[in-house]
Amino acid sequence: MKGTEAFQELLPLLNDEPVVHANGYICRESFNIKDREANFYMIGSMGLASSIGLGVALCKPNRKVIVLDGDGNVLMAMGTLAMIAAQAPKNLVHVVIDNEVYESTGSQRSLSNQVPLEQIAKSSGYREAVRVDKKEEIKPVFEKLMNSTGPSFMLIKVEPCFDPKTGRVTHTPEEITHRFMKSLQPTGNER
Amino acid sequence: MTSFTSQTFIDRLIQENFKFFTGVPCSLLSGLISYLEEVEDARYIPSVREDSAVGLCAGAYLSGSLPVLLMQNSGLGYCLNAFTSLNLIYRIPVLVIMSWRGQGGKDAPEHIIMGDISQKLLETAGMDYAVLKPENCDQVLETALQKINGEKLPYTLIIEKGLFDERH
Repeated sequence: MKGTEAFQELLPLLNDEPVVHANGYICRESFNIKDREANFYMIGSMGLASSIGLGVALCKPNRKVIVLDGDGNVLMAMGTLAMIAAQAPKNLVHVVIDNEVYESTGSQRSLSNQVPLEQIAKSSGYREAVRVDKKEEIKPVFEKLMNSTGPSFMLIKVEPCFDPKTGRVTHTPEEITHRFMKSLQPTGNER
Repeated sequence: MTSFTSQTFIDRLIQENFKFFTGVPCSLLSGLISYLEEVEDARYIPSVREDSAVGLCAGAYLSGSLPVLLMQNSGLGYCLNAFTSLNLIYRIPVLVIMSWRGQGGKDAPEHIIMGDISQKLLETAGMDYAVLKPENCDQVLETALQKINGEKLPYTLIIEKGLFDERH
């Protein structure tokens, strides 16, 4: 499956969940397919989407929180997998789009073709860690993880296909902060 | 004057609504962290690296909490990219409590250079700070709160050796 196809399968499954996006391709692809107020687009600070998501999950225990991460980001912050496993937030779903390359900088290889990230997550102590290779598996696996106790890890293996013409996120960082915080404010129907 | 201890300082921060604490330990901060582990109104989450702690604090702030990051100045290097490409441009504040190893060039070799440059690094990044003393605590906290709640920017309190009790 191509990276874009993974996003096209995954994004329609979202409701009002906060989603913290890793920088680069992940932000840009998601922004261009479906922009949402509850999307936090982390345009810099590579590696920190997972720790930002952990902070949200710990402070908003009644909301399902999603981290939409990339293999390069996970490899940069593998220690954060240990922090997530140790804190064990039940409401955190960590989705990793794994294209085995640093695609937005010219597709230099990462290490995830040799290092199975889902096994690292499982060994660290995530409650569940699933690897998905086929497009058809995304919906059932994601829905199952969204309805089970976390923290869970979903590795989606994709082929690189990023179109460098894909636009950058056009919201300013301050706007991203403002609308994401607004989307997290209690609405009275938290779940 | 009332006494100034790890306990009174943390209680004061909790009063100001800082209830989410994380960081990477330093002996100069060990009394603060010990008290945080036992106090009921706050949580302390161990981080594995200082930049992960910056991310954790950012997530807490975005969710409506006021976060505090405790670290040694050796962690500042790890944090600079996070501060400049996350906190400063997104206006995500955090109260940083940073111990000052290598102060005055008198410390273990690994602390000497960072001890000399950590305040210059903060200044270069345009990040405000103050060296915390028992006698300036009220005034410094007022400045920090203005920075955090008003300008939505990070503020760093620098902790010299001997300010707080050490547990080891």
